[in-house]
Amino acid sequence: MLLESINVLNYRNITQSDLTFSPGINCFVGDNGAGKTNMLDAIYYLSFCKSFFNSIDSQNIKHDENFFVLQGKYEKNNMKEEIYCGVKQNQKKQFKRNKKEYPKLSDHIGFIPLVFISPSDELLIMDGSEIRRKYMDGVISQYDHYYLELIIRYSRILLQRNKLLKDMAQSGKHDLSLLEAIDLQLVNTGNLIYNKRATFINELIPVFERHFTNISGGKEKVEIIYKSHLSLNNFKEQLIQNQKKDLILGYTTIGIHKDDLDFNLNNFQLKKEGSQGQKKTFAIALKLAQFDFLATHQNVKPILLLDDIFDKLDDKRGSSLLKLVAEDHFNQIFLTHTNKLNIETILNVTGKQFKIFEVSNGNIIF
Amino acid sequence: MSVLHFPSRLLEASVNEFSKLPGIGKKTALRLVLHLLRQDKTDVFQFSDTIRLMREDVKYCRECNNISDSEICDICTNVHRDHRIVCVVESVKDVMVIENTQQYSGVYHVLGGVISPMDGIGPGDLFIDSLEKKIENDQIDEIIFALPTTMEGDTTNFYLYKKFEKKPVKITTIARGVSIGDELEFIDEVTLGRSLINRQLFESTL
Ligand SMILES: [Zn+2]
Repeated sequence: MLLESINVLNYRNITQSDLTFSPGINCFVGDNGAGKTNMLDAIYYLSFCKSFFNSIDSQNIKHDENFFVLQGKYEKNNMKEEIYCGVKQNQKKQFKRNKKEYPKLSDHIGFIPLVFISPSDELLIMDGSEIRRKYMDGVISQYDHYYLELIIRYSRILLQRNKLLKDMAQSGKHDLSLLEAIDLQLVNTGNLIYNKRATFINELIPVFERHFTNISGGKEKVEIIYKSHLSLNNFKEQLIQNQKKDLILGYTTIGIHKDDLDFNLNNFQLKKEGSQGQKKTFAIALKLAQFDFLATHQNVKPILLLDDIFDKLDDKRGSSLLKLVAEDHFNQIFLTHTNKLNIETILNVTGKQFKIFEVSNGNIIF
Repeated sequence: MSVLHFPSRLLEASVNEFSKLPGIGKKTALRLVLHLLRQDKTDVFQFSDTIRLMREDVKYCRECNNISDSEICDICTNVHRDHRIVCVVESVKDVMVIENTQQYSGVYHVLGGVISPMDGIGPGDLFIDSLEKKIENDQIDEIIFALPTTMEGDTTNFYLYKKFEKKPVKITTIARGVSIGDELEFIDEVTLGRSLINRQLFESTL
């Protein structure tokens, strides 16, 4: 996957920039708030039909303007592809591939594979379990289209079950045969999701470990453990065992909606004991593993965006990371950095083709 | 949206009534009402009388809950149809869709909905009793589930299956080549006809 050039008009704080990119590494340098991350976001937008930072489109239009346009020229499997996105205030957004408008935005998502590594990835380690389930769901649904349907169906069944439990708790009338009918749906769908998640984690572990070792230098022992009620015991039996409790609480206490991942480092909980650098390395390795899954399953190497990765990483980890992503294993890379001289030195060492763009006040100066 | 200013309260009242219909906004409602105003009075009265009559005289078949002009619908009174095979559907729309395939000669049973706690619909809100009675009286050999492949459709299928599984009736379901979430009206006739012919035992789908 190659982004050859981009035209950005009125996107966030960027007035206009028309850039031609290197097939190797492209680096946006500038002070904080200059707009370098917005350039990454524009590239992200063309892949996911939305901003990484702000899902309200009208707020992504530059102040005092009433539209923005993003246009990217790509090369995918030796074919030229032109992706156009136009957003006008109070109008439906337009997404076009080779001048033809997509009937549904979801038809486009996945067509330009991309992985965005950003400082907020640390939430994968620090936040509650939901973000880790979203990580699993995000990666699996990128190669398994049926999976997303299962997730949507499961959440619907869960809503229905919880509503029924609440109704029963309020009225005191327990229609257990109806609960059984809904439980069957929950069990069938939940088991399918559990199996897919378990398979995914098994495949993920070796890929993740390789990336982690490469960045950290390899003295730390890392572990990912998939925690689910369903791995302990039969789902259906557990629902029956917890039926009384669920009926009192008015919601479902058992199921894959409570799944989580444990991250351990040298047999300790990473969340509690890990250093900033270790957490960041862990999060980056998870995202690089996502890159590998996409590359393998779609047979195209995704575009890699790295936002502010040297922050919180010591120089040694930072340069091993850059050396790692400069390998042939990865393809085209876009990154941001605050210090031009510093990054030039590092990039020179990688031996990979690179281009540096200076960003100041929403303008790109070369 | 700008507020519409009406020169007549009668006009406004009509527009309000039309805009209660699904898919009709205020602007479309105004267009329809102005159109009616330009028509002959007799045409407009025929229009309103027809609707009034429809609402007043349409009946629900006592046997199957299909919409009908008489106590028992045309399908249920038809002696050429196989009354020992009953196809269970969600709504009258589904009866029309299946009739269109011309692949089915049994009778129907219209539930009038599917179980959905979020919408406040439980088994008690569905039309089930007459089906139960027919099964009790040994009037039926087979019931075919043809409910939407949504979570709610599947829950209803399973609920009914559990209710009737011990009774001497064969329970089948239309073949599920269709993907999750499909409603009958969105399946093409040929596929739907085929899935009726290739129906399978419900038990085997569990
Ligand atoms: Zn009838």
